[in-house]
Parts: sequence; C-alpha cells; structure tokens
Amino acid sequence: MDRTAMYRAMVRIREFEERVKRTFAEHPGVIRGHTHLADGAEASIVGSIAAIRPGDHVMATYRCHGYPIALGSDTTAMMAEIYGRANGLCGGYGGSMHLADPERGFLGTSGIVGQSIPQATGAAYAAQVRGAGDVVLCFFGDGASKQGAFHESLNIASLWKLPIVFVMENNSYSVSVRVEQEDANAAAGEPLATKAVAYSMPGVTIDGGDPDLVHTTVAEAVARARAGEGPTLVESLVYRLSAHGNSIAPPGVPLHYPEHEAVTVFGDVAEYEAALRGDPVPRFRGALVTSGALDAATADAIAAEAADEMQRAVDGALAGPDPDPADALRFVVA
Amino acid sequence: MAREITYIAAIMEGIHQEMARDDDVLLIGQSVGGSPEDPFVAAFGPDRVRVTPISETAEIGMAAGAALAGKRPVVDCTMAEFLLVAMDQVVNEANRFHYMSGGRVTAPLVLKAGYGFTAGWAGQHTGSIYGMFMGVPGLKVALPSTPADAKGLMATAIRDDNPVLFLHHYLLTLEAGDVPEGEHLVPFGQAAVVRPGHDVTLVATGWTVHRALEAAEELAAEGVSVEVIDPRTIAPLDVDTILASVERTGRLALVDQATKHASVSAIIAAEVAEAGFASLRAPIVQVTALDAPIAYAKPMEDFVLPDVGKIVAGVRRVVDATVSGHNTAAAR
Repeated sequence: MDRTAMYRAMVRIREFEERVKRTFAEHPGVIRGHTHLADGAEASIVGSIAAIRPGDHVMATYRCHGYPIALGSDTTAMMAEIYGRANGLCGGYGGSMHLADPERGFLGTSGIVGQSIPQATGAAYAAQVRGAGDVVLCFFGDGASKQGAFHESLNIASLWKLPIVFVMENNSYSVSVRVEQEDANAAAGEPLATKAVAYSMPGVTIDGGDPDLVHTTVAEAVARARAGEGPTLVESLVYRLSAHGNSIAPPGVPLHYPEHEAVTVFGDVAEYEAALRGDPVPRFRGALVTSGALDAATADAIAAEAADEMQRAVDGALAGPDPDPADALRFVVA
Repeated sequence: MAREITYIAAIMEGIHQEMARDDDVLLIGQSVGGSPEDPFVAAFGPDRVRVTPISETAEIGMAAGAALAGKRPVVDCTMAEFLLVAMDQVVNEANRFHYMSGGRVTAPLVLKAGYGFTAGWAGQHTGSIYGMFMGVPGLKVALPSTPADAKGLMATAIRDDNPVLFLHHYLLTLEAGDVPEGEHLVPFGQAAVVRPGHDVTLVATGWTVHRALEAAEELAAEGVSVEVIDPRTIAPLDVDTILASVERTGRLALVDQATKHASVSAIIAAEVAEAGFASLRAPIVQVTALDAPIAYAKPMEDFVLPDVGKIVAGVRRVVDATVSGHNTAAAR
C-alpha cells in the first residue's frame, strides 16, 4: 500500500463509519444492538495493515469495521451485515461486532474485552508451526490490557517467540473511564507500552494519528516477527472521535450516537475539540498535499469516490433481503 | 486386533494415532511435552507438542485461534475445574465462531480434562461439572466410560470440526479393557446399550456406568431385568435410544454423579417426560449426588455420592411404584 492507497483506505473507513452513524437518523430501526466506530483510528488501522502481506492474519475486537475495509472486504457486504441482511458479510449472523472475512486474512473478533488476544496468539502459534513466515496482527484497546488474557498471552508469545504484533489502540478511555483511573502505568505517568518490559519484549508508544509512523513502526515489528525474533507491543495513541458506541436502549427506543464521553462524563469540551483539530484524516491529506505527494484534485476525487462507494453500500444493504428465520438453526455446528 | 489397555492409555493412544494421521493436530497443556523424552515430543516434535504456563485463558484461547488458522489443537486442561478459570473461552468464543461468521470459519479443537476425582480431593477438584456445558450451542461434550470408547471418542473429537469437551473420569484412569489397536472411531450422539434388559431402563455416564452395571447384576438376582444405557456423548445427546428403551421397559431410572439440578439425568428425565410420557408406567427416579460440595473425609464423600446400594434402591422404587393395571416386573 503506497501513501495514496493508505489515504484512500483511511477516507473509505471514515466515510463508512459516518454512514453507519447516519443510519441511526436516516433509517431508524435498521441497525439493532450495539455498534462501535473506528473514526479517529484510521491512521493506526491503515498504517498497521499496510505493513502485512497476503497469508498474514488479523484479529480484532468488537470495534472492527476498519480492519476488513483496509484488507479489501466488500463494503456493501459489511454494511449489509450491520443492517442484519442475508447478503451481509456473515449472512446476518454476526452483526457489527462480529465481522469475519477469512479469505482476506481477517479471522474475526471477540465481543468480550481482551478475549481475542489469546486467539490471535494461537493464530501466531499456527503460523509458527506452518513455518511460512506469516505473522499475525492483534488489535485491541487500552482497556483490554487490564485483562488477564492480555498478560497470559504476552507471556506465552514472548516465551515462544511467536510471530505476532500486539497493536494496542490507546484511545484513553475504557468505555467511560479514563486510562489514568484504571491503569497503573498511566497513573504513574508512564506509557502503557511499559507493560512489554514485564514480558521481555520491545514496547513502543507512537502517535497513532500518523499513518507513516504507524506503518514504519509496525513494519519493523512485523519484520522482527517474520525473522523469528518474537512479538512486539505497539501502543498506538489514537482518539476515538465518537462515543464508545451507540446508545443502549430496549426495543422501541430510537438509538443514536451520544456525544463523546470526554464531554458527557467529564465535561471536557476542550479535550474533545483538540482531538477534532488533530483528526488524522484531514491531517494526512494536508501532509500529502502540502508535500506534493498528492494533488488536491486527486484527494477530492478520492473523497468523492468513497462517498459514492458508501452510498452504494447503504443502498445495497437496504435492498438486501432479511435472512430466512429458519436459517437461525444453520451453522450451530460445522 | 483388540488387546487390554488402561483407559488413560487408550485416550493417549487415540491422540497419538490422530497426530500421526494428521500433521495439523497439535497437543498443548500444562502437563504435556515438558521433557525431550516425552513420547509425544519424540514422535511429533516440539512445535506440535508444547508445555504451557498455567494460563488457562491463553491455552484455550490460543487453541481457538490456532483452529481458526487451520490447526486442530488438543488442549490437555488436566482437571475439569480448571476450565472454569477460562469459562469465556470455553463457552462463549470458539463454540460460536462458526455461527457468528455465518459458516465462514470453523474452530476444530478438543479440550481434554479429567473430572469426578472423588478420592479425597475435597471441595474444588472433585466436581462433575459436565452439566453446565451440555446446553451450550456449538460445543460437543463426550464422557467416555470404557477404554475403547475413550480412544474412539477422542479420535472422533479430533476429527470433528467443532470444539469438543472431552471429559474423562479420574476414577476410571487405570481401569483396563479391550481396545482396538488401529483406527477406532466411536460416533458422537450414539448411546451404547451396555446391558440389555426388559424391566427398567437405567441411564448412567462415566464412572456411574460401572456402578449401574453392578446394580443391574444384583437386581437380576432378584428377577429384575435392567437395561443399562451409556449416552457416551451428552452433547449431542441420543435421546432416541433412551426413548426406544423406555418404550420397551416402561420404567426409567437415572444415575448421575452430579447434583440433581446440574445433572444430565435431569435433562434426560425432562426429555422422556416430554416425548415418552405414554410409555412410562412409573414415575422417573433419579439417583444423583446430594446437594453439597464434596467433603474431604471419606464417610462424608461417600454419603453424598451415588453408589451401588443407592442405585439398587432407586431401581426398586421405580419397580415398586409401577402404576397398577400395567404389567410389572413382579407379575411377569
């Protein structure tokens, strides 16, 4: 993925998430349950995935829309999945939190915090046994690093020198709790990557809003993993631009996206506005255009194409059929 | 050719043969492959056989991930209670991946664990906790009672494309029995009629199968013919074989080492009450553990567990309670 392709992927993720969010207002009732958006993390997601190759695997959390877009999944099928339609990526069985696209290397997610970390570690064990030099990217949030699953997995990954890169997207919030309220490293003024020290692996903290820096950092960790030198913990500092998820309400109550917890819980409007000013998508556009790597007209065209693509995704998802109710009994066992 | 080997040897033979047959089968756990002399390490190498830290969540979660990536891991989880440390990974992860992905991924893995070690292991290592797994969608549960079934169910478990919980009974570990030498597969969801009879159907699992057989022998001397059935897997559960037996005997007694409300027997009783009520000539009797943890001291341990005497008494209750006007064992 060159820088233009990275920018395109970032814009596509942002546009997709905007359309998910708009669906609550424009098509009430179409999205059920809980969605979690990747807006704000585009540079981290795309920069990381730009560092891997076919044959590598990716696992992630319930905040999972960005990764398959970067891996090339069909956005209409993804939107249809979020709308619960039979033409969805997973036939309407999984929904927003459980996207999987194994043909593109996206093995899936866990909706339970931290639990996909050992699973990604197991995929890395499989890669090590296969011996073809494949690696695994394991994405999770800062909150997951308080789970035992995280610590058990990092210990084994380092002990066995597994080919995996742990990408912790630190967005400073575990749902509505600030990181310094629940993390000993953060409370001590240290980066969360300090945790890597306990497991004798490299740990780095980077600006996750800079896709070039993310790419370089993760590529180095991937190279290390491919060479059999073991895992790396990359703490990628991002700011989630939307609330943790859409509102939680019983059936019949319209769902919507509340404001970010910085505002709703902590009343810190200045923090949120600063985050908006640092939005990685326009920031990367600015960097590309200013340096002459991309002209403004092409950047505009990329945005327009993404808008068209996601309109088609919404239209294709809305036009998709409901699943046959009796199909609820398929796929219980393989 | 069959020859006599122990239950635990049969399980390990099943794993060994499947590992020889399929390079994708892996064996990990806290008590496997720790030394280069380990026969599994010697045969299959240190990549496919690995000792793990005491990290159940990681072990089982890693098995799920390795399975998604094309492997068929077997995790030796040692004791069934250790599964509880990693409950999310046992009941809420791998067993749902196939479904949540609309059939796009599979997670073939086996969790091997011993249970029911009622030999002075006291309150936290003696449970018969299979009941809490039998209603979990996407998870299969095998409870072998003989060395031959132990080998055959293990081989089937490894070849299955779903997560399988393979629970072996600690009190049976050194029991010997005839086991086929070569490939031996026991199908899931197919109960074994281990002793035919015509007066009472008696269903038991694991170690209690052998106690049920002893009870049946004792009752035969009294002129009561007991048919003993071992479901062998409780998920899937072969309700049809039990219903067909009850249709012939008209009476059902159930033995379970678990407490009644956590037992397989309660589920079977419900299935037969719902689908086989017309066949029943007497109320169903359940002989289960009493509602208590397992105490350390033997007299108290014995008190709460089902035993041959309690099973015999339970079967007699079914026979004695037979509704008048029907044929009874005594009248035959």
